[in-house]
Amino acid sequence: MTDIPVLSVRNLSVEIPTRDAVLKPVDQMSYDIARGEILGVVGESGAGKSMTGNAVIGLLDRPAHISGGEILLNGKRIDNLSLGQMRKIRGREIGMVFQDPLTSLNPLIPIGDQLTETMLAHLDIGAAEARKRAIAALDEVGIPGAAERIDSYPHEFSGGMRQRVVIALALCAEPSLVIADEPTTALDVSVQAQIIALLRALCRDRGTAVMLITHDMGVIAETADRVAVMYAGRLAEIGPVAQVLGHPRHPYTEGLMGSTPAASRGKQRLHQIPGAMPRLGHLPKGCAFHPRCPYAQDDCKRDPGPTTEACDGRAACWHPVENPDVKAAE
Amino acid sequence: MTALVTVRDLTRRFDVSKPWLNRVIERLPKRKLVAVSKVSFDIEEGTTYALVGESGSGKSTIGKMLVGLLDPSEGAVEIEGVNLDTEPDAAKIDAVRSDIQMIFQDPYASLNPRWKVRDIIVEPVAARGGDTEGMAEKLLEQVGLSADDAKKFPHEFSGGQRQRICIARALASEPKFIVCDEPTSALDVSVQAQVLNLMSDLKEDFGLTYLFISHDLTVVTHMADTVGVLYLGRLVEEASPEHLNARPAHPYTQMLLDSAPRLDGFGREIAPPQGEIPDPINPPAGCAFNPRCPLAIDRCRTERPELRQIDGARVACHRAEEAIAQYSPPE
Repeated sequence: MTDIPVLSVRNLSVEIPTRDAVLKPVDQMSYDIARGEILGVVGESGAGKSMTGNAVIGLLDRPAHISGGEILLNGKRIDNLSLGQMRKIRGREIGMVFQDPLTSLNPLIPIGDQLTETMLAHLDIGAAEARKRAIAALDEVGIPGAAERIDSYPHEFSGGMRQRVVIALALCAEPSLVIADEPTTALDVSVQAQIIALLRALCRDRGTAVMLITHDMGVIAETADRVAVMYAGRLAEIGPVAQVLGHPRHPYTEGLMGSTPAASRGKQRLHQIPGAMPRLGHLPKGCAFHPRCPYAQDDCKRDPGPTTEACDGRAACWHPVENPDVKAAE
Repeated sequence: MTALVTVRDLTRRFDVSKPWLNRVIERLPKRKLVAVSKVSFDIEEGTTYALVGESGSGKSTIGKMLVGLLDPSEGAVEIEGVNLDTEPDAAKIDAVRSDIQMIFQDPYASLNPRWKVRDIIVEPVAARGGDTEGMAEKLLEQVGLSADDAKKFPHEFSGGQRQRICIARALASEPKFIVCDEPTSALDVSVQAQVLNLMSDLKEDFGLTYLFISHDLTVVTHMADTVGVLYLGRLVEEASPEHLNARPAHPYTQMLLDSAPRLDGFGREIAPPQGEIPDPINPPAGCAFNPRCPLAIDRCRTERPELRQIDGARVACHRAEEAIAQYSPPE
């Protein structure tokens, strides 16, 4: 074990030049993921959470590009690598699990061949060994009768089973980081619970770092060790999951938690965040959240929102929510 | 209180056979998928009845049969005492039809992109030759948009605003009963909160009755007066949401509650539920849940349980008493 985080992102910015303006879907993001840790990235659609994931794995679609900052994987910079070098890292060092398991598997190729293809490309092993490992990988993700089903096509599996195959695919080259982009959004709750338990167990056993991107606060609460809340391309709040979700300091996190229905709250009226997330081309001056923020003051409208480092390392806010519980805990 | 909607032994089968020629050449039998099987429930006037279930449980099919988009294979739907399927008097059918409206899941697919918002909203009334002067503007303000929005096209709105337009359209014909099929699943949480609050307000203001279809137990708990849990086209449990959360009687309901992620469940370790929903073309004999049920006995594998009354809830389970006794709510 070393002290170097598996993934370290420093002041990452992504830009999309358009005819009218340069859009910044990701703006000065900084975060680390340690070995065996699950970082949840949560935010509403358009917050830029998938963009950060794609930037890390080098899958930004042109014209989007990294315009500033650094991405360090195990202490080595990967944001300035060539396409060829990045290809070697993708799949080998960083695995990816996408939302829709049907579209992330090739429907014309048996799943076994898709698994062995990845291993043959990245690992120094022969075809027979790869097949053996593929069966072991399928077995590990809980596919019953792996040896018989390895030559099945993706359509022969149910949605949950397909997502297991995708996870096996992401983990088969034993990467140190897995980016899971909404891995359970397309699945039913009971299957979602299975997939989450699987992801967690695999990471704990192998020490894989996971970046779990989702919009579901419940999934984050149960799965992640730390959570990063994104709003309009910026990090709003980051910290241990129990602190951030239990005692939010950023007004946006507080609003998000209030507007999520929970069984324990019964029929209480839901807290409403007024308005909607601004479009990237029309970000308000100052802190991007101020038009919807109940605590906004004059300096919020004037000065651009601070980064998390500039504050207490947690909430990127000039006037964080003073929470008596937190003070007591500190 | 009177029941506005009465559903009795509702069943819907879909023909999923191969084409005729394939069947003859390959000697395949006809195949029937039973999407909804003998479902009965009542919806009291002015209440919200929620149907909750995983994909393939038949919840949307029931919604469609209630508004008349699908015909039932067996059983009956009565709305205001009129069976739309068998009623001979066209005028009666027409009167009831205008009392029913529907809100769909995807607000991007349920608004015609070539129509202006005004035309979309007033269509349910205009199609019957009603007076639509100023109606769209008034409805838009009621759902929290501005009267000027009537001149715009759907693409100028965000998902949440579009869902408000869908709600305005549903309200135009002054219905009594609205079927909401996953109205917020396509929306972000903060927008979902706005739409759910709006729906609660409108229910109070207009005295509406909702059938609320959702896969999300927490949303259902928040909105509903009565919850019906569906599994593979069968109603397995019906209770008030408070009762359901505190004392679920059906093992499937218990499984759903256990596996739903909880906002305060930091690092919660649960034994995830086993198995998946079986193939609805060949459902298991007896209780449909028996292959996944921890309490299943031989009787569950042969005899389909009927809904029966157990302390304030209706449950379709042979072993409901044992299930209640051994259930401990998640910490």
